[in-house]
Amino acid sequence: MFDPIPEAAAWAIVLLPLGSFAVIALASLLSSSGVRLWRPAWSGYLTILAIAAALGLSIWALDSAIQNDGHAVGFAPHEWVTVGPLTVDIGFRLDGLSALMLVVVTGVSLMVQVYSQGYMAGDPGYSRYFAFMSLFTGAMLGLVSASNILQLFVFWEMVGLCSYLLIGFWFYRDSARRAATKAFLVTRLGDLGLISAILLIWWQTGELDIARIHELVLGGAVAGSVVAFFAGGVFAGAAGKSAQFPLHVWLPDAMEGPTPVSALIHAATMVAAGVYLVARLFPAYALAEEAIATVAVIGAVTALMSALLGVVMTDIKRVLAYSTISQLGYMMAGLGSFAFAPAIFHLFTHAFFKALLFLGSGSVNHATGTFDMRRMGGLARHMPVTFATMTVGALALVGLFPFAGFWSKDEVLAVAWDERPVVFWALLVGVFLTALYVGRMLFLTFGGQYRSGEAGEHGHAPAHPHESPLVMLLPMVLLAGLAATAGFTNLGHGVEHLLAGALPAEGEELAAEPHFRFGIAAASMAVGLAGLAVAWVVYGLQAVSADAVARALAPLHRLLERNYYLDDLYEGVITGRLVLAGVAQGLHLWDRYVVDGVVNGIAQAAREAADRLRLAQAGQPQVYGAAVALGVVLATVIVLLANP
Amino acid sequence: MLSFMTFFPLAGAVAVALLPRAREAWARWLALAVSLVVLACALALFAAYDRDGAQFQFVDAHTWISSEVAPFTVRYLLGVDGLSLPLVVLTAFLATVAVLVSWNIELRPREYFAWLLVLETSLLGVFSSLDLVLFFLFFELELLPMYFLISIWGTGRRVYSAWKYVLFTFFGSAFMLVGILALGFAAGTFDMRELQEMGPLREAVVPAAVIFAFLMVAFGIKLPVVPLHTWLPDAHTDAPTAVSVILAGVLLKMGGYGILRLCFSILPDVARDASLFLAAFAALSILYGALVTLMQQDLKRLIAYSSVSHMGYVLLGASALGTVGLTGAAMQMFTHGLITGLLFVMVGLVYDRTHTRAIPELSGLAHRMPYVATVMAIAGLASLGLPSLAGFVSEMTVFLGTFPQHQLLTVLGVMGVLLAAGYILWMVQRVFWGEPSPRWQGIGDAVAWWERVPTLALVAVILLVGIYPAVVMDLFERGVLPIASRLG
Repeated sequence: MFDPIPEAAAWAIVLLPLGSFAVIALASLLSSSGVRLWRPAWSGYLTILAIAAALGLSIWALDSAIQNDGHAVGFAPHEWVTVGPLTVDIGFRLDGLSALMLVVVTGVSLMVQVYSQGYMAGDPGYSRYFAFMSLFTGAMLGLVSASNILQLFVFWEMVGLCSYLLIGFWFYRDSARRAATKAFLVTRLGDLGLISAILLIWWQTGELDIARIHELVLGGAVAGSVVAFFAGGVFAGAAGKSAQFPLHVWLPDAMEGPTPVSALIHAATMVAAGVYLVARLFPAYALAEEAIATVAVIGAVTALMSALLGVVMTDIKRVLAYSTISQLGYMMAGLGSFAFAPAIFHLFTHAFFKALLFLGSGSVNHATGTFDMRRMGGLARHMPVTFATMTVGALALVGLFPFAGFWSKDEVLAVAWDERPVVFWALLVGVFLTALYVGRMLFLTFGGQYRSGEAGEHGHAPAHPHESPLVMLLPMVLLAGLAATAGFTNLGHGVEHLLAGALPAEGEELAAEPHFRFGIAAASMAVGLAGLAVAWVVYGLQAVSADAVARALAPLHRLLERNYYLDDLYEGVITGRLVLAGVAQGLHLWDRYVVDGVVNGIAQAAREAADRLRLAQAGQPQVYGAAVALGVVLATVIVLLANP
Repeated sequence: MLSFMTFFPLAGAVAVALLPRAREAWARWLALAVSLVVLACALALFAAYDRDGAQFQFVDAHTWISSEVAPFTVRYLLGVDGLSLPLVVLTAFLATVAVLVSWNIELRPREYFAWLLVLETSLLGVFSSLDLVLFFLFFELELLPMYFLISIWGTGRRVYSAWKYVLFTFFGSAFMLVGILALGFAAGTFDMRELQEMGPLREAVVPAAVIFAFLMVAFGIKLPVVPLHTWLPDAHTDAPTAVSVILAGVLLKMGGYGILRLCFSILPDVARDASLFLAAFAALSILYGALVTLMQQDLKRLIAYSSVSHMGYVLLGASALGTVGLTGAAMQMFTHGLITGLLFVMVGLVYDRTHTRAIPELSGLAHRMPYVATVMAIAGLASLGLPSLAGFVSEMTVFLGTFPQHQLLTVLGVMGVLLAAGYILWMVQRVFWGEPSPRWQGIGDAVAWWERVPTLALVAVILLVGIYPAVVMDLFERGVLPIASRLG
């Protein structure tokens, strides 16, 4: 449709939001130095402007990728650092996969920034908020367009930083500061694997360029065990970022951040970076049987386990957080079942409907002052637009025809049926659980009578919930439109074709070919409807008391409420007892009393000897002089002794 | 030029010391002017260094003790190469920072600034000496100002810490002196340029391995390497802010520089044999230092112990013996100097206002001093190796360089990065975040120019090196190439 995008315009996609961050940061610095030229409102406008421009360019980039059949548009890399045999280049990788991600990131980000105009209005940290959001968007765009694995890692860590800063945005809250630190540390634990994988692949191939690594791996130039360890290490990083079991524990706590942050970073984009990374390096996984099987198993386990947790949460954002973890599990399980294009297609549709659901939960919070669903209820009457849009998002999440989630989830299931039946059945059970928690969330929030709310993020407890302002509703309506229709983009297998083009030519047949299977589609629809029906019976009709069910399953319920006791294990036992109270404290005492004790002991002995010597001397400089002389004599003696 | 630059601070020190009492307030301005002149010279050398030219440039050579009067020659020999020049620039930069952060010294300012300038001369001398005897003299000269600066202007157990520092260093120096003399007599020269051109020492009075070990003890104390590190937390903690900056920023690098310049360049055969041993001590320092850091309750001690861990990366990179690892080690010295220097400056600014460094007593400081909190967070993130800031570049280069040689030990070193995130983020979380504390109601942010200028300059350089590392990395690479080729 257009001319191919020039490289400078492609880089501008990344640099525009980063530039917006730089401008806001410098303006804030000037303000703090007394030069008050900048108004906080401008930070919001600048961010929106930069991201809107990036969206326009991303669409151009997508168009170029489509014209190129999804194959990489060849931008030559640029030298960044060269040291001896080490060369690190930076380049802009534009192919079907990255182009799709560019559009998702800029599109969702733009919606979220517009929404934030309303949601964050009046917050004292308004400028800081948009500065971090700009930085995040730029870094995320840099991540998906990196052509070099080290370059990717740089942006990978930067999005993690933004996540940390935005989770801890309300830094004075104890829960927020803890959640922020936890998120950073848990993801960094996974990153140890990623760093090791980068070191390993560089050692074995001398390459950091992703396309070159693929060539070498597919050409058989790298030993199978190396590929397996490489893929495994990368997956550790991906599992941290994408909150896969057992590193998922940070994401629910991350809900301490402002809700638009949850929508953008912790639902639509950053948490999907792990999935993207595995997809980016898919050829390596496809060749490493153990690694890809691990991805499938971890993905399926995550999908099931966290869907189960979603059923018992009372905080609407936590329900959505576990839902996100579960859906990321679907994507990982899909990749692990060789469903390369379907997994990414699911990432694409999920970004829209999950961002929408989070924005909806923020709208609900705006009205009621709480995230606790037990204090909501009856909001359908008070907030019709929020209700309608969230319902669209919810149906897309359950995967009902014709909403977006139906198409993508169904493709993942269809490929899993062919490749890994066990994964298929796990995911199908997951569909039921998804429908159950989604239905529960809708009925508790919007059904029945209003249950009073409370003072929340913005400190007011309204007696009468009101619909949110237009600036918040508009992005929700647009996202609802996408959540309803995004699935149709692949009707002619256009998206799959585009994504498949991103794989290297020799690696294309490694990914499974998705087929539409009517039986599977019908089964998953039926299971989803069954889940919604059960939710309706329990939470809508209240024919069965939810409390009674919880009491009947008390041990399971407790296990779920405590997140399988994983937080207690990680924070209490491993970090608290073992690392801090055990090893670190032990070494601290050892350092203080043994290592330094020996030093002081020697010094004490020397001082006693010196005290006697000092009788002949007058003060400290003389001691020093005497010590110098002694040292020289000592040295000479040693030399003479060694040379008889 | 190099000689002028090296001794100009000493002349400045004399001038500062001779100021009349009535003009005491001029001391800081004079010191600032001197340090700025030196910084300008250093930057001029940095720009003028011909990257395609001879290894050592700007050489000043004069015979000092000629072979006619003694059985050996000692020369006054100054010069810089790609390894030492960035460290010279770092010294000049941090010395200027040190003057600025001392702006409010009221106790005997003339003496204080004079000692600070003497310290600068000794440090510049260490990095630009090309003669072993001269190197040793500068290495020792540094002790004198350090002793007075810590014991007079320090805090806490300052006299104890000052003595501990001096005695520890002196203990190492005795070994170094023996090593240097043995080397010099065996080779018949103290000229480092000639020494590094020579083949293996044949007629060594002391076996080469023993010389290597002696020198390693001296430099291992300075670096420091666990278990020779316990002087460091005491000295860093009790020193005044500016001295902590210099101590962590420059003095520790004398250890790493000595290892590369003396041990590795002159005794490459021994270095090859010791590679695994050095890597093991490096991993020990990294992990041990980081774990002990986790338990520190005093802000300065926390940063001091983190230095033990971070300097472990220098040794780790060096132990790889290749161009990438050595460049990484050199880069790590440079970036650690910037980052830890900045961390100490920020802690000093906190302490100036709160008069405590006890982490449990501090809370919610970001409400009262957003600027300090922001810059401290940037420095902390750089310290934990966040990409786009300087620390990442050097650590990653170290890892890439070392992994092919020592896979397991490198991975252990990588784990230090996780622990670093732990101690830095827990510190930020406890000290700066959280509810505003009524106790710190009245304190203000850092707004004075002499607080803003050095901190912003450090942040700018940390960002510059993080985003475009080639500015110094190219030079370091050139500096380590001759060493790597001798080792290879």
